[in-house]
Amino acid sequence: MQQHVSFPVFGQNDYFNYKNPQTLENRMPVVDAKKKTQDPIVTGTSVIAIKYNGGVVMGTDMLCSYGSLARFNSIQRMEKFGSYTIIGAGGELSDFQSLSNTLNDLVTLDHCIDDGSKLSPSEIYNYVARVMYNHRNKGDPLWNSLVVMGYQNGSSFLGKVDLVGTCFKDDIVCTGYGAHIALPLMRKAALDNPNMNLEQAKKLIEDCLRVLFYRDARSSKKIQISVANENGLEISEPIELDTYMWQSGEAAVKSFSQV
Amino acid sequence: MEELNRGGFTFDLCSRNTLLEKTGLKMPGFLKTGTTIVGVVYKDGVVLGADTRATEGPIVADKNCEKIHYIADNIYCCGAGTAADTEMTTALISSKLKLHKLSTGKEPRVVTALTMLKQMLFKYQGHVSAALILGGIDINGPSLHTIYPHGSTDQLPYVTMGSGSLAAMAVFEAKYKTDMTRDEAIQLVAEAISSGVFNDLGSGSNVDVTVIAKEGVTVLRNYLTPNERKFRGPEYIFPIGTTPVLSKLVAPLSSKVIIEDVVMS
Amino acid sequence: MDLKLSPFPTLEKQMPIEHGRFEAYVDNGGTVLAVGGPDYCVIAGDTRMSDGGYGIQTRKYTKIFQLTDKCVLATSGMQADTLALQKRLKTMLSHYQKEHGKPMSTPAIAQFLSNTLYYKRFFPYYTFNIVAGIDEKGEGCAWTYDAVGSHERVKYASQGSGNQLVIPLLDNQVAKFNQQIIAGGNVTSQQAVSFVKDAITSAGERDIYTGDYADIVVVDKDGVHWEKFELKLD
Repeated sequence: MQQHVSFPVFGQNDYFNYKNPQTLENRMPVVDAKKKTQDPIVTGTSVIAIKYNGGVVMGTDMLCSYGSLARFNSIQRMEKFGSYTIIGAGGELSDFQSLSNTLNDLVTLDHCIDDGSKLSPSEIYNYVARVMYNHRNKGDPLWNSLVVMGYQNGSSFLGKVDLVGTCFKDDIVCTGYGAHIALPLMRKAALDNPNMNLEQAKKLIEDCLRVLFYRDARSSKKIQISVANENGLEISEPIELDTYMWQSGEAAVKSFSQV
Repeated sequence: MEELNRGGFTFDLCSRNTLLEKTGLKMPGFLKTGTTIVGVVYKDGVVLGADTRATEGPIVADKNCEKIHYIADNIYCCGAGTAADTEMTTALISSKLKLHKLSTGKEPRVVTALTMLKQMLFKYQGHVSAALILGGIDINGPSLHTIYPHGSTDQLPYVTMGSGSLAAMAVFEAKYKTDMTRDEAIQLVAEAISSGVFNDLGSGSNVDVTVIAKEGVTVLRNYLTPNERKFRGPEYIFPIGTTPVLSKLVAPLSSKVIIEDVVMS
Repeated sequence: MDLKLSPFPTLEKQMPIEHGRFEAYVDNGGTVLAVGGPDYCVIAGDTRMSDGGYGIQTRKYTKIFQLTDKCVLATSGMQADTLALQKRLKTMLSHYQKEHGKPMSTPAIAQFLSNTLYYKRFFPYYTFNIVAGIDEKGEGCAWTYDAVGSHERVKYASQGSGNQLVIPLLDNQVAKFNQQIIAGGNVTSQQAVSFVKDAITSAGERDIYTGDYADIVVVDKDGVHWEKFELKLD
C-alpha cells in the first residue's frame, strides 16, 4: 500500500509565517494511519421510538440516500436479534449490515450454548455499546446511531447508542433529525398522556414520521413501524404515509402578489 | 488615491479579521440570542412569539430579554442572531419607516419594511447577523415574512427561526390549520415557543406573544412563565466587619475645599 | 467468534486517532460538585445529558457512580468515556475486594483513579472527575482531577460546565475566603445539603448544559444516601 507522507510547507500561503503550534499536524509530518477515517456513503436518516403502557414502538422510513440522491427506497432499517430485541439504525447502511452479522453470530452462539437462557434486550444493548465504543477507540467508527428496543419478562427496554459509544436508556429516543424535530413532539405527547396505549403510540410515531417527511430532505413517506410487547416482536409491512398538508400554503399564495 | 475614493462598501476588515483569528487572535464574543422565534397568520391578523433567553456561549446572559421589536404601530419584528445586530437593524428600519410615513402621509406597509430590511442586510453580505421574522397588517391584510442574514426573504402562513426553529416548526407542521381564531393562534404560538424553550438549550425562560390585528396590537409580555426558580437555600448573611479593613483615613471635607465669595460684576 | 475470559483488560497497542471528519470526543456537559464535612460528604450532580450542541439527549442520566460504601465518583465530560472509566474502576475494585478481603479505602481509590487516567495519557478519557466520600478516619474528603490524572485532595470541589459558576460560591461559603468574622461552627450535613442544592440550582439558572434533575448524595458512616432533586427543564 502506498504511504502518503505530507510535509507542511512553512511560509507559503501563511501570511505571518506562523502556524498554530498546538496542532500536532503542524509540527510533524502526517503519516497516513493504518485505518482510514471514513465518511458515510449510503445513509439512512432518523429512527424514533417511544415506550407505551405495555411495550415499545419504533418507527423508521425506508429510504437510504447516496449523498443527496434518494438511492434505495425500500430498505428495512430495523432488524430483530434473538427473541426479544429489535434494533433500528440510522447512518451508514453497510456498517449496520456488518454489525447485524456480528450480532447474529452472537445470537447463534447464545443459541448453541443451549442453556435455556436467551439474550435479553439489555444484554444486546450493552454489547452493541461496547462494539461501538471499541470501534471509536480504534479510530474506525461504525457510522451509525442505533436504537435498541425490546420486551422481556413484562418489562420494556429502550436505549440509544451512537458512533462514539454514547449510550443511554430513556422512555423516548430519537436519532438524526428526529432528535430535533420528532423528539419535542414526542416529549410533549408523553407529558400530556403519560399512559399511552399501543394505538396512541403507533399514531404518534406515524404523525412524527409525517412531520419528519415534511422537513427532513433525506426522508421518505414509505415507513415501517415495529412493536415489542408481550406478544413478541413485530416489524410491520411498509406503510405509505398520507400527507395532506400541502394545501396549507393557500393563505400565503393569496398574498404573494404583494412581493 | 482613486482606489480610496471609489465609494461603496468594503469588507477588507472582515477578511483581515478572519486572517488574524487564524493566527490566534481572539475576537470578543458577542451576545447571541440562541432563540426560538415564530409567527403565524390567523383569520384576521398575525401572532408573533419569542422566548426570552439571551446567551453568551454556554452562559445565560439575560433570562428575560425582549425579542419582539416594535417597527411601526402595525408592524412588529422578532429577532434572532447577534442581539446588537437585531436590535440596531430593527430600530434603524423603524426610524426610517417613521420618516417614510411622515413624508408620504400614509400608513407604512409590511412589504416596505421588508424591502428596507432585506436591502440593508444584503448590502452587508451576511456580516450583520440578524435573522428576522417580520409580521404586520396593512391595507393588503395580514402578512408574515422571514428574513435571513444574507438578505433573502420569504412569505409563509407559519414561520420559525433561531436555534429552536426545528422544535417549533415541528409543532406547526403537526398542528397548524388555516383560518384559526385569535385564541387558537395564540395557543399554537405559545406551544411552538414552549417546544423550543424545553428542547433547545439556546432557548429558555418565558414566552412572549404579540398579536397584531386590525383592531390594534396586543403585547402579551411574559404570556407564559414556566421556568421560575424552584429552590432557594437559606439567606447568606455577612455581618458588618466580615470584610477586613486594612487601613482607615478620615479626611474632613473642609480641609480639601476652599470656600470663596465670587463678586458678580 | 473469539470469546476470551481474562481478569484484566487486554492491553492493546493504541493507534493514534486520525482526525478527519470523525470527531472522537464529545462533551456531554453537566455539573458535579462535592463538599466534605467533619464526618460526611455531600455530592451533587445534575442529570442532563446534552448532545454536544443545543440538544438534550436525555434528562435522567446520573453522573454519580457508587464505588464503595464510603466512596462515590462524580464525573462530567464525555459520557462514553465516563462509562468506560466506571466499568474499569468497578471491575478493578471488585478484584481488589476479592484479593484483600476488604474494599479499597477512599484515599487509595483516589490514587488509583489518577493512575487509571494517566495510563491513557496520550488518548485520554475525556472525563472530569471528583472522588468523594469518607476516609479511614471517617472524615469527609474529596479529590479533584483533570482528564489525565493530575489530582489534589480538597475540602470541596466542582467540575464540569457549571464549574466556573459554582467555584466562587464554594470559595465564599465553604472556605470563607477573605472573611474576618466567620459565623457559626460546624456545618451539619442537612445544612450542607441545602447549600449544595442552592449551588446546583444556581448553576442551572445560568449554565445551559446544567438542568433537569439533580442527584444529591450524602456519604457518611451509615453508607451512601441518594436523593432526587428537581431543577429547571429549559
